[in-house]
Amino acid sequence: MSALQQKDRVLIAVIGDEDTVTGLLLAGVGHQDGKSKPNYLIVTAKTPLPKIEEAFADFASRKDIAIILITQNVADDIRPQLDAHSAAFPTVLEIPSKESPYDASKDSVMKRIRAILGSD
Amino acid sequence: MSGQGPRLNVFPTRMASTNMKIRLKGAQTGHSLLKRKSEALTRRFRDIVKRINENKLKMGKVMQVAAFSYAEAGYAAGDISYQVAQNVRAASIKVKATQENVSGVQLPAFQIVADAAAGAGAFSLTGLGRGGQQVQKCRDTYRKAVEILIDLASLQTAFVILDDVIKATNRRVNAIEHVIIPRYENTIKYINSELDEMDREDFFRLKKIQTKKKEREAERLLEELAKAKALGIAPPKPAASSSEEPQSLLAEYEKDPDIMF
Repeated sequence: MSALQQKDRVLIAVIGDEDTVTGLLLAGVGHQDGKSKPNYLIVTAKTPLPKIEEAFADFASRKDIAIILITQNVADDIRPQLDAHSAAFPTVLEIPSKESPYDASKDSVMKRIRAILGSD
Repeated sequence: MSGQGPRLNVFPTRMASTNMKIRLKGAQTGHSLLKRKSEALTRRFRDIVKRINENKLKMGKVMQVAAFSYAEAGYAAGDISYQVAQNVRAASIKVKATQENVSGVQLPAFQIVADAAAGAGAFSLTGLGRGGQQVQKCRDTYRKAVEILIDLASLQTAFVILDDVIKATNRRVNAIEHVIIPRYENTIKYINSELDEMDREDFFRLKKIQTKKKEREAERLLEELAKAKALGIAPPKPAASSSEEPQSLLAEYEKDPDIMF
């Protein structure tokens, strides 16, 4: 089945602000080999939006990435693209960024979850 | 009464009726099985939804702690981000997707695979000058955060997959309940009504043949009577010969010609 093809999905990609990405790289999620691009993108205030979109599309289409971590403020910038991403693999997970606390009401998945739970 | 709704295009025979009944039975069994599958999945789904909800809130806290420890490390060791970004080689934390079977649905669960050899060498020089301890602490905190994030990611993947599967299963359950079963029932009704109709037709036809035969017999007798009268002979007894020698009961019918309509 589909999950059987996911054996080689081993990496965790990160898109986010410098501090969050650095922290996660320090933990050891970063991967950079000779031929492929790095599996992380540091987004600063100066990063143009098309670059983020391109990076996300790239991570989403790569076959070796299992999870995409994306900080919430970046996720807000490319929200339409995130909402359009409905495939199970890779999983897109929104994480809180350093500046702003986690806001569950913006998360695409959390919105669906809240609709199902019927809370608030 | 007779198959008002949509029905299958079958020839109304007893065989088709039996086949339809078997198929109806099969559809009902399938319906109940699928319904049970859907219920089992929904239960699982609710469980996952609840856990995601909890873990998301937990993640918020853990990430906050991690960010704070990063700030501590930054304070002690200076800006380490360039050093870290420069030293990225191969990932030391990888994930492995294992599968769990929930009533025929393969749900992936990510497991963290820490490659200790790659992990030890990667950032050993970071913060060598000062703040090494803070950097080490920060690294551990983030590692724990990653573990939680991976847990959450597998829950979320399961959520997305289950959502799809439940939708598909419910669609099937509804299709069987509202389309396929009524169609079979209509077909069976149609076949039954057609068979009844045929029975009535046959009955009527037999009755009709009987009356026709009786009419002809009566005509023949009348003719014979008239002939006899004309010749001046007493009319012969219709069944005079039967009393003398035994005769086949069917003989009378056998010489009758078949009546064709």
